Amino acid sequence: MLQLEPRLENSRVWIIATPVIAVLCTIIAGGAMFALLGINPVQATQTIFWAPLFDPELSAYARPQILVKAAPLILIAIGLSIGFRANIWNIGAEGQYVMGAIAAGAVGLAFYPLDAWYIFPLMFVAGLVGGAAWGFIPAMLKTRFGANEILVSLMLVYVAEHFLASVSLGFLRNPDGSGFPGSRNFQQYESAANPELIAGTGIHLGVIFAIFVVALAYALIRFHRFGYQVNLTGKSLRAARFSGVNPTKLTIACLCLSGALAGLAGMFELTGPAGQLTIDFNVGYGFTAIIVAFLGRLHPIGITAAGLLMALTYIGGELGQFMLNLPSAAIQAFQGMLLFFLLSLEFLTTYRIRFKLKRDA
Amino acid sequence: MARFFDAEQISKTYPGVKANDQIKLSIDAGEIHALLGENGSGKSTLVKIIYGLLPPDEGKMLLNGQRYRPQSPRQARAEGVAMVFQHFSLFEALTVAENIELGMDDPPSRNKLEATIDQIGQRYRLPILPRRIVGDLSVGERQRVEIIRCLMQNPKLLIMDEPTSVLTPQEADQLFETLNELSHEGTSILYISHKLEEIRNLCTRATILRLGKVVNVCNPKSKSAQELAELMVGTNFATASKGSTVKGSEPLLCAENLSCGAVTEFGVSLSDVNFEVKKGEILGIAGVAGNGQEELAAVIAGEAKATGSLRFKGSDLLHKRITERRELGLLTAPEERLGHSAASEMSLTENAFLTADQRMALSSSGVIDWKKTKDFTRSVISQFDVRATGADSPARALSGGNLQKFVIGREIAQKPEALVVNQPTWGVDAAAAAIIRQALIDLASKGAAVLVISQDLDELLEISSSIAVLNLGQLSAAKNTDEITRNEIGLLMGGVHGPTVGSETTVVAA
Amino acid sequence: MRDVEFLGINPAVFLSTMVVAAMPVLLAAMGELIVEKSGVLNLGVEGLMIIGAVCGFIVSVETGSPVAGLLGALLAGAILAGIFGLLTQYFHASQVATGLALTLFGLGLSALLGQSYTGIRPPDFSIPNFGVLSELPVIGILLFSYDFLVYFSLALVVGIWWFLNHSRTGLALRAIGENHNAAHSLGYHVIRVRLVAILFGGACGGLGGAYLALIRVPQWTEGMTAGAGWIALALVVFGSWRPFRVVLGAFLFGGVTLLQLNLQALGIAINPAYLSMTPYIVTIAALVVISGMGSHASLRAPACLGKPFDATK
Repeated sequence: MLQLEPRLENSRVWIIATPVIAVLCTIIAGGAMFALLGINPVQATQTIFWAPLFDPELSAYARPQILVKAAPLILIAIGLSIGFRANIWNIGAEGQYVMGAIAAGAVGLAFYPLDAWYIFPLMFVAGLVGGAAWGFIPAMLKTRFGANEILVSLMLVYVAEHFLASVSLGFLRNPDGSGFPGSRNFQQYESAANPELIAGTGIHLGVIFAIFVVALAYALIRFHRFGYQVNLTGKSLRAARFSGVNPTKLTIACLCLSGALAGLAGMFELTGPAGQLTIDFNVGYGFTAIIVAFLGRLHPIGITAAGLLMALTYIGGELGQFMLNLPSAAIQAFQGMLLFFLLSLEFLTTYRIRFKLKRDA
Repeated sequence: MARFFDAEQISKTYPGVKANDQIKLSIDAGEIHALLGENGSGKSTLVKIIYGLLPPDEGKMLLNGQRYRPQSPRQARAEGVAMVFQHFSLFEALTVAENIELGMDDPPSRNKLEATIDQIGQRYRLPILPRRIVGDLSVGERQRVEIIRCLMQNPKLLIMDEPTSVLTPQEADQLFETLNELSHEGTSILYISHKLEEIRNLCTRATILRLGKVVNVCNPKSKSAQELAELMVGTNFATASKGSTVKGSEPLLCAENLSCGAVTEFGVSLSDVNFEVKKGEILGIAGVAGNGQEELAAVIAGEAKATGSLRFKGSDLLHKRITERRELGLLTAPEERLGHSAASEMSLTENAFLTADQRMALSSSGVIDWKKTKDFTRSVISQFDVRATGADSPARALSGGNLQKFVIGREIAQKPEALVVNQPTWGVDAAAAAIIRQALIDLASKGAAVLVISQDLDELLEISSSIAVLNLGQLSAAKNTDEITRNEIGLLMGGVHGPTVGSETTVVAA
Repeated sequence: MRDVEFLGINPAVFLSTMVVAAMPVLLAAMGELIVEKSGVLNLGVEGLMIIGAVCGFIVSVETGSPVAGLLGALLAGAILAGIFGLLTQYFHASQVATGLALTLFGLGLSALLGQSYTGIRPPDFSIPNFGVLSELPVIGILLFSYDFLVYFSLALVVGIWWFLNHSRTGLALRAIGENHNAAHSLGYHVIRVRLVAILFGGACGGLGGAYLALIRVPQWTEGMTAGAGWIALALVVFGSWRPFRVVLGAFLFGGVTLLQLNLQALGIAINPAYLSMTPYIVTIAALVVISGMGSHASLRAPACLGKPFDATK
């Protein structure tokens, strides 16, 4: 008989091995899924995971794109992971991403067509504040009224999306856009643009900022009292109170922090790769970042690896669409599957499997 | 008397521990049989096996001469075995009747059930209203619900797991009457306890367990409490020696009219608590669990808000945060080890930082000095003989006694001026308990004010210089330990305030 | 009565449409109510609904039978919930994380499955013939104008109420949600009961999604649940874990959704984007009001909600 037995100390080997095994399982299960869709699974796997990185023709386009896609994912996931560590579940990053972009966009357009050095920094601040404010709403409603932050932050995604629709058709619409929906293009407004810094690498300010945030988060969690308090609160709320943590402040700090990082991701995306605010400006980074955070085991280094992997599946999925007629939704299902496999394997770190013969009592 | 229950060669192994080793136990019909042993001696494992909660690895059981092999509590109940748990298995949001129905396999209609509850309640002196919500009941009343739930099944063997640990002496006496009544009617009772006196009063035979093995079967009435204790514990533990205390005259920690609401949903609120602790003094606070102990500890620590006044070294504490109180020199160790005074998933080093950050200056402007923290942890581990694989091992990997030594040691190593501990030796093995008690005495003898909240009256009589009793959120006046009798304390615990007690007393440091 | 109109809407028609609008969330919320009463928090309702929607749609289009579609949705919801049950109950995975995974996976998988089904009309759902009854003024519309699933759902609510308060299994389910350790020591099968509750919740969620795609809209579009699963979760909180209050909440939500759609149709001078936000904002407001009130023990969340149970410890 199979038996699960709790381990006294978590297995270090499995902490690292489970994400890797989860990825392998997903590739196998995903292959089965592709086969069912009538697509050659080997070819599909190769297109998604190998071609963007090593194909001599495609990688020149794909490699920079991986960084472009990974930066917002990592940025958002880092913010979420700090909350998740403390059992504060912000799942409305998508909304905070949108609001950050809208706030930054509004500030940038307010200065158009002025040419000044301080416009981009102001937009940075606006993106930060916009996202943090949207994260502050569930924090306030939770600490003040006890309303569940999962539900509130999620509802606010829909509110933000409708707000995005209204502004991109309304007061932020490009007046010179001959009636087309969407704002002015920030890539063409130098003071507000976030261009590729080194041609052909995909590196823009957002990528640099994401690297900086990863390092900062690592230091925060490892060496700072705030990081300690976040971890402690997640492990035991009562012990945290006893230690002197103020859960109200911590909740507000975590939700505002993750909101701010999501807002900044939105800001960098708007001024860089996306270029303009449109109805379909947001493409689900806020939700995929949840997977990234879990896959990276809420650890900054892990999140970086997970973010790059997720970005790879996005790009690989796009290539698959061109080359194999792979449905675009396949990648989303693929990512969900990955999270499932990870969760189902996670017990290996805390439990030991024993084979036992049942004996008569 | 006829033999009713037999267990032979029962063994059960957990990873790393042989919880039960070839245990033999026999109970006659109508007998009240004591199962005696310390925490960790294997009592609960054995009982769980008898009640069908755990399958034994080896051995067999006979009930009434028939092979007895319960696969589940349900089956055990069907065969006439019932159990009253130490930590009640009650559902607080449900009514008394619903709780009782849940323990029955074939319940009658609700009306009939309620009538039967009244009937049984009257017959065995266990009055209870069937429609009350259990969460609103006192601990003693909850135990009645548990017992009635068992009696509904007409059990032939009733297992009682430490039933008096939550009762006042008076409530306990009432329970003994109920048990004797049942025994006269022919019900066998397996009575689990570590309280020697009550076993000597109640039981005619005792099986004594130590480290998973039966060490003796005897008539407890023919042995002295001291003899039973030695059989149970094995070695002769020296009682802690009170050191010469540095006596101060000024009270260091004092409370006046301290009141607060209950900290837990079903807790008790404190009303007008007064006490003072001087330098070098150990004030013991006795009382049955659930009478405001947790609230008192939380208020002093700074985890709960209160009204009235609480002063330490002359400054007002009530508006200070828990971290500020620590900086001032007031440290606390709450009752729950896992999940309150320590986080089970964190390492000992991380757990050391939990309370020692301020006083030991383990961080500067938010940046944690982990090396310094680790050194501090190691010193606690060696100073208090904490058995652990190292400073990196997680708290949950430690046994109860070792973790408690670590938690109390962590506070003492910070050289507090005042220390408040709640249930310092609850669920701790005798050797560790002796170390902890000695450490508290040593701390006081170095001039600290110590407040010990404990349910263990023997412990308080052993270490404290004066004792006060907490009952329903009210604290009696403290009396010098030499001047107070067990009986007096027992009455106070049951809420009886005689004219001689609690009226005039002035506190005298021992 | 028939000719009285409010903002161009006949009140009886409005109320009956409100009932239909409330059905998807009502079904899903009733399922989640049972799940939460057993002490499990399944945040994957959105995923269950969308999978139910797409599977119900595909099966009914392929077989031409709406009833087969409903059964397919029910089954699909239960299977997906079964994965959640397996992971959380046997593999001790975090309920929050697994629930979120369920939603993300469900949204992805449904989009994949439903690709070639967009823009198709599903087979019609017949409305039972009540004869003269449905001709009655006002009452005919209010009571006798629905498809059988509406009557089934309302019967389900009554059944769930009875089950929770008057059946022995219901008592055991509540007990398990209240204190799983005590229930375990009394010999109740905590994990088994929870697993059944989870499967039931999945079936209800699937059915709710199918109602959306087959009757309410009726069409398949990607991501068509648009947060309905989350609103169902909020309704359970709003209803204080009591069936009839959940129904009331569902109708209120249905009413708000409908009102904002009607106002949009009337071309009122409010930006339609702001009107579209209202159901979500109303949900947040309702959550805040209910959570802020602080209520009696019998109206609170089950004490073990979301806590992991491990019989070996």
